Amino acid sequence: MRRAALSILLLAGLVALWQGVASLPSVDDLTLASPAETLRALADDWSLLADNARVTLVEVLLGLAISVAAGLAFAVAMHLSRVLREAAYPLLIASQAIPIVVLAPIFVLAFDYGIGPKLAIVALICFFPITVNVLDGLRSVEPDLLKLMRSLGASRLQTLRKVELPSALPFFFSGLRVAATVSVIGAVFGEWAGADEGLGRLVLLGNNQLQTPRVYAGIVILTLMAVALFALVALAERVTCPWNKEELPA
Amino acid sequence: MDVALEGVRRHYGDVAALAGVSLEVRTGEVVAVVGPSGCGKSTLLELVAGLQVPDSGRVAVGADESPAARRSACAYMPQRDLLLPWRDALANAALALECKGVAKSEARRRAAPLFERFGLADFEDARPAGLSGGMRQRVAFLRTLLAARPVLLLDEPFGALDSITRASMQRWLAGALAEEPRTALLVTHDVQEALFLADRVALLSPRPGRVLEELEVTLPRPRSRRGVVAEPAFAELEERALEVLGT
Repeated sequence: MRRAALSILLLAGLVALWQGVASLPSVDDLTLASPAETLRALADDWSLLADNARVTLVEVLLGLAISVAAGLAFAVAMHLSRVLREAAYPLLIASQAIPIVVLAPIFVLAFDYGIGPKLAIVALICFFPITVNVLDGLRSVEPDLLKLMRSLGASRLQTLRKVELPSALPFFFSGLRVAATVSVIGAVFGEWAGADEGLGRLVLLGNNQLQTPRVYAGIVILTLMAVALFALVALAERVTCPWNKEELPA
Repeated sequence: MDVALEGVRRHYGDVAALAGVSLEVRTGEVVAVVGPSGCGKSTLLELVAGLQVPDSGRVAVGADESPAARRSACAYMPQRDLLLPWRDALANAALALECKGVAKSEARRRAAPLFERFGLADFEDARPAGLSGGMRQRVAFLRTLLAARPVLLLDEPFGALDSITRASMQRWLAGALAEEPRTALLVTHDVQEALFLADRVALLSPRPGRVLEELEVTLPRPRSRRGVVAEPAFAELEERALEVLGT
């Protein structure tokens, strides 16, 4: 509770600073929109912003869903097969070294203008934290516990289902938390490379048309979207892994 | 089912853990292996459990020497309870049944009567984090019993407990073994614990481990602590054990 209050206080301070700087006579309105102007843009352009936000949110959620499904499947496959793990791990790292900004236009060329390239980009950047974290989680199980399962006569699949996957659940959620925050960035990149709709496109357009307050309003909504996703994942984690918090330090 | 080791050697790289151990556990007998830390006691148990293979020598449970046969004849209780933190106590014990293909709810149903019998009633739904060390060890022991194997292998089951809890757990285990008689091999570094629980005590040398001497404990099981303390033969055995172990 106290932490939340402190965060709000800090945020209020930053907004006040922002308002102060924006109000300086030497700062042009086109360079920096004040919080008040941003709020006004949020109210005036609400239906335009909301329509485009919905488009971006769909891209983010679908892209995340794809990355979760692919990331889980890939992590389990890499965990079960040493050959696959050793062969694919370097490629997995390499997939993150590719600058996504450069990839976006290529995806647009390949998948056309629609939702396809946006999903591909969101899924590509979210896939990595999920796969790596789940793989780490699956491999974090103590050797003694695996020994115990072996002595109980458990099959490979039973050990995976009853011990390894539940152990990996908190790791999955830390990966998903990271993925949730970067997913919005991915959608914006995707839209910048070519789109008819979406908040990313609206922000880019507003920038070109010198509609600075609308740009800021778009950014505020994008940020809130990422924060809300993060909070949702944190909530889901608390609900599904209550033992993770209860666990007393050894 | 009986357990037999003959001239068992086991090395880890250059380190010799066991240098020719011979030991026998007859059907229905409880044998304790006592030795200093790092003398290869845990290795010995894992060999019998079929989780390791000896470099040389013979390990047999019943008539069978294959590791797979040893695994399916032995229930192994490791040093730490290794309870799964996301499962409640009953589900943790029932894990042994689930690994045999019993459905989850049926496994819980079958494990429940043991909780009544072994002093864990009302703790079925508690998660491991909410249980005391002694309680966790009991749940781990019930999981071992539920594996329903003829041979029990107990690796320092009470090593992590404080001395008061440990004494009460030793009484509890003595009672449990009286109710559910099994062939058991118990590893410990506590001479009194070994003499209190076992029919026979094998004394192991420091690494590389081998059997220095075996002591017969002729008092009938289960023993009461009071009865043991009053028994002069018991004090003599303890004296002898400490002498052989060189302390």
